[in-house]
Amino acid sequence: MAKRIDATSVTAYYGSFKAIEDINLTVEPKTVTALIGPSGCGKSTFLRTINRMHEVLPGARVDGKLTIDDQNIYERDVDVTAVRRMIGMVFQRPNPFPTMSIFDNVVAGLRLNGVRRKSVLEDAAERALRSANLWDEVKDRLGKPGAGLSGGQQQRLCIARTIAVEPQVVLMDEPCSALDPISTLAIEDLMFKLKDRYTIIIVTHNMQQAARVSDRTAFFSIEQTGDPGRLIEYDDTQKIFSNPNVKKTEDYITGRFG
Amino acid sequence: MGDTPDRSANAGTGGPRVTIGHAGSAGAALSVDVPVTPADRAPDGAGRRGGGSGGGGTGLGGGGALPRRSAFGAERLFQSFTMAAGAMVLVIIVAIAIFLIAKAVPALNANTANFFTFEGWFPNEAQPRFGIGALAFGTVLTSVLALLLAVPVALGIALYLSHYAPRRVGTALGFLVDLLAAVPSVVFGLWGRDFFYGPVQEFSVWLNKYFGWIPIFGGEGPFGRSILLGSLVLAIMVLPIITSLSREVFRQTPTANEEAALALGATKWEMIRTAVLPYGRPGVIGATMLGLGRALGETIALAMTLGIVSSISFNIIENGGNTVAANIANAFGEANDTGRGALIASGLVLFSITLIVNITARAIIYRRREFTESAA
Repeated sequence: MAKRIDATSVTAYYGSFKAIEDINLTVEPKTVTALIGPSGCGKSTFLRTINRMHEVLPGARVDGKLTIDDQNIYERDVDVTAVRRMIGMVFQRPNPFPTMSIFDNVVAGLRLNGVRRKSVLEDAAERALRSANLWDEVKDRLGKPGAGLSGGQQQRLCIARTIAVEPQVVLMDEPCSALDPISTLAIEDLMFKLKDRYTIIIVTHNMQQAARVSDRTAFFSIEQTGDPGRLIEYDDTQKIFSNPNVKKTEDYITGRFG
Repeated sequence: MGDTPDRSANAGTGGPRVTIGHAGSAGAALSVDVPVTPADRAPDGAGRRGGGSGGGGTGLGGGGALPRRSAFGAERLFQSFTMAAGAMVLVIIVAIAIFLIAKAVPALNANTANFFTFEGWFPNEAQPRFGIGALAFGTVLTSVLALLLAVPVALGIALYLSHYAPRRVGTALGFLVDLLAAVPSVVFGLWGRDFFYGPVQEFSVWLNKYFGWIPIFGGEGPFGRSILLGSLVLAIMVLPIITSLSREVFRQTPTANEEAALALGATKWEMIRTAVLPYGRPGVIGATMLGLGRALGETIALAMTLGIVSSISFNIIENGGNTVAANIANAFGEANDTGRGALIASGLVLFSITLIVNITARAIIYRRREFTESAA
């Protein structure tokens, strides 16, 4: 299931602006990796290069090599949609499809893959909702609009939608930043559970969260506004938060800047 | 909120919404500036305001006693103005309705044929005979046909403009579409009658030759000044409305939803089907209904392109067809008293058709409100 991700000198641009430069990083399967750093340091940009969502924005492009189990996803003949099916993404703000019911939201990805059989969809929806710790709360109202749920439930619905297609990797872009502490806790619990089956990469501004949920932590930073973001340090989470090698990491962790 | 005295004054008077903060501060300024005498305030029920001495003049930030609410000011004035404007709509509609009914009833009483089933329009004779059936049928048929032709094209253009076209092309093309909406309908009528007539006639002959076995393309001719020509011209006329409204709603699709679909591995078209079209659905229905409204009421372009034959026929390529509005335009000139009354009666029927269409459209949107409201 889960796959290893290997980034080699990944550089990403928005038009002529270089957002991240020369990122080299390896993510082991079935781990949680946290990307931390001050705002504008390019951690979200890097996350979006992993499933080729970066290039969705007009003028955005990526140089370098990013392999998922030795398959370079930036190879010329790679089907972008296949990459994104393999690498799911959860966004900063919960974004269920507003016109769809809870059920339709969960199976949206399967329907895009051509799954039509009702029984298959129902099984998959229940499995995904159970994995997302949401089943008990919504099982009696699967036909109701997904946008009618609370923020935390919506975010878990989005996670269910992402894992319903059984991706190899799950990317999370500050998944808890719009949620209250209780919902945040629910999502963090969920990450522990999902780690058994998926490789997870999470961008977070919350350092306690990074320390709680991740096995490895990557610290990104920029010299000053307008400079590209760079990977400063990448190590075991415990090491980063107790005894980082780079002074800048320590300054950030201890709240001296950023 | 409220770290400076200025802001806290706004928050107090303007309520929690940021957007009305300006109105709030203006109101606050007024209540301080306008001198309010005790006599002015008395009739408004002093009990509601409680105690407190006259406006303190200590500035907006408070401190000292709070200034009293003014009994008569811009707020009240504006409220009454908007209410009067609202009431005006009602008055105008009632006045028009009374006038129309008063004119129509005598003509309907004089009618010696059945108003609903008689196919023909001879209200000016000594024994007036006229029926609305054929006209209403022609109105609905041309409009529905026009929408069937226009909506798919309009949605295609709207999607191209909102999601496919490069920005510069999109802007230019969007401008052209809006320009099409500004062309007066009489120009469309002239164009349809003197230029577009030729190709449509040839096309009709061709249709008749190869598809004549389908009743709507049957008949012996002559062809050309037909329902088809009228509907095509009408389709071109309603195209810009439907296009620009649909383009706007498609553009407003939240990026978050589009990205959600893309991140699930949707192709661009799948993304549009999953995120854009469902989100834009109520807007598209609304746009279509506006187009239908225009099509139903369109007068001069149809009066110039249709064959003006008051009979009910599904044949769309033979000379023929008439609509309520076109009939009014064509027949009003030589109408006598009964004739004008009859035309007004037909206008009332057109009004009811439009009303039914609008109610249906609202019902469609309302049925899905649970989903569309949470979308907003």
